[in-house]
Amino acid sequence: MEDSRYKKLQRVYIVLILLVSFTPLFLLGGIMYYQVAKTYRIKIEEQIRYRAISQTDSIDLFLKERTAILAAIADTVNFDQILDEKNLLKIFEIINLRAGAFVDLGVIDQAGQHRAYVGPYELRGLNYFQQPWFSEVMTKGVYISDVFTGFRASPHFIIAIRRQEDKNCWILRTTIDPDIFGGIVRSAQIGKTGDAFIVNKEGTYQTTPRFYGNILGKTDIDPSKFGGLTTVNEEINSQGEKRLTAGRWLKNKTWLLIISQDVSEEMGGLLQTRNQEIAIILVGSILIILTTVITTRLTVAKLEEADTRMNELNAKLLQSDKLAALGKMAAGVAHEINNPLAVILQKTGWMEDLLEDEALKNSKEIVEYRASLKKIEEHVERARKVVHNMLGYARKMEPRLEDVDINETLRQTISMLENYARLNSIEVKTILSPDIPIIASDQSQLQQVFLNIISNAIDATGRDGLIEVKSAVGETTIDVMIADNGPGIQEEQQKRIFDPFFTTKQTGKGTGLGLWITYNIVEKLGGSISFNSEVGRGTTFTVKIPNAPPTEK
Amino acid sequence: MQDFSVLVVDDEEDLLETLVNRLNRRTIRTHGVTSGEEALKVIKEKPIDVVILDIKMPGGMDGIETLREIKKINPLCEVILLTGHGAVETGIEGMSLGAFDYILKPVRLEELLPKIAEAVEKKRGQVQ
Repeated sequence: MEDSRYKKLQRVYIVLILLVSFTPLFLLGGIMYYQVAKTYRIKIEEQIRYRAISQTDSIDLFLKERTAILAAIADTVNFDQILDEKNLLKIFEIINLRAGAFVDLGVIDQAGQHRAYVGPYELRGLNYFQQPWFSEVMTKGVYISDVFTGFRASPHFIIAIRRQEDKNCWILRTTIDPDIFGGIVRSAQIGKTGDAFIVNKEGTYQTTPRFYGNILGKTDIDPSKFGGLTTVNEEINSQGEKRLTAGRWLKNKTWLLIISQDVSEEMGGLLQTRNQEIAIILVGSILIILTTVITTRLTVAKLEEADTRMNELNAKLLQSDKLAALGKMAAGVAHEINNPLAVILQKTGWMEDLLEDEALKNSKEIVEYRASLKKIEEHVERARKVVHNMLGYARKMEPRLEDVDINETLRQTISMLENYARLNSIEVKTILSPDIPIIASDQSQLQQVFLNIISNAIDATGRDGLIEVKSAVGETTIDVMIADNGPGIQEEQQKRIFDPFFTTKQTGKGTGLGLWITYNIVEKLGGSISFNSEVGRGTTFTVKIPNAPPTEK
Repeated sequence: MQDFSVLVVDDEEDLLETLVNRLNRRTIRTHGVTSGEEALKVIKEKPIDVVILDIKMPGGMDGIETLREIKKINPLCEVILLTGHGAVETGIEGMSLGAFDYILKPVRLEELLPKIAEAVEKKRGQVQ
């Protein structure tokens, strides 16, 4: 019961301390992680947004430059000059040298007929009148196409400028190198998972993406989700990867630049931070648990020890209180017994007196009368002795301090009991430590103590027993152990052996005061008496007497 | 009859009666009373040499008070106190008030008679 009470207390302490320690730890860890993640997220979103803005700016600039060059040429030469392919080639070479990325250059008349051409493809003589872009450029004046395959059967896009020359109107058209353009777009790709590409309003790739797709293929990104400003979304693509996507429309509003990045790569730094935090919390938790368990166990063990000591002390106090109370009561009772004893004694005396009368002297039963009266007197004497012992002891209780040699006292006591022991064929063995110092105590009272214990041992052991008397130096006491190999004390009797009038001896053989007096003497001398008994194996009494230095003389 | 007289004071009537009878039987002129007040009356009226006085008498005067009064009336009267063991201290106090001796109860007549004799001896010595 007691054990489980302390175990329960220990559990309550541990749970409470852990709760109080872990709650703020985890709360703080969680909040910190949340805040860092939030800040980190904002930062990478800002970065990707910034990259999208700056990249659209450069692509816009690239297209604007190319358009401006074409417009400048168209505005400065006339139709006849430009139809001369020598001139056209010269212009082509100059603009490629200055700006680059032009694949070819061609002139188309207002009927859609390709009149002059410089470039790698054989397009001269083709008619574009039916091509959708032709009507576009004729109405708007400037036109940048989506990527298409066209006559040459390979993906490309064109920039076309219309020149109005009097009533005649013609078109200067160029193809932009898809590799160079794609290269510019791709320069926004970062890291292992970064991607950058352009899609048109229908979601068709205008440049080749890095992953999962090809130019003119369909993207799974929905361009309508990207509004007027730069939009950053988190999307899960067809491969199940979480990607952060920033999109910004180019100035022509038909092309959308998409920059995307795998979230896990971008958040790598944060993951590291999170792992560090988890590690710190883990180590901290282990330390907290260990410290809590160890300190709680130690504290509870100390508490248990203190409680045990307190209980022992209480039991001792209770015992001495009980004995003192019993003593007082016994003294009162004994005193009250004296009066009836006195009457009995006088009455028997009176009867003896009367038996001396002549008439009674010759009675037949006179001897019987006298013997009976003697018996009564004997028993009154016995009762008187009990009272005498008890009160006589109480009277001379104050110890007298003198130099005492414990070993010598033991030897004397044993020699007093030698005959009694021999009569019962009991051997008394002594193992006396030679280191026992002379101490200040009361020799006659100690003798009384040893006498009581050893004579009890002789009585208890019966015939052919062995009694061992040992002396030893304890920490602050001189210890005397008196062990017999008698029958031992029954457990239910063990609690009562120091009580007055408690005896296991036959009626009339013991007063039951011996151990009570012994206990009180040892207490008064500042020592302690205890015993250890095992039924069938014997009993050992231990008397501890304070090792007080002898008085100065 | 002996040439001295004894007064026994004890509230225990059984004891008192027997003790008086036994002393009388041994030719000692003995009176018996059960209280201190009665004892003082007897001492005023009769020549008493030795008083055997029980210390513990509930109700009325106790032994010590009676002893004081006796000594006031007749300082030469010797008093032997009878005490239970518990009242040893009172017995000693009685000695200091001029009691001849104190005897622990229960007492055999064989022990009491020599004490009475000694007390009588002492009184006679003082008178002479």
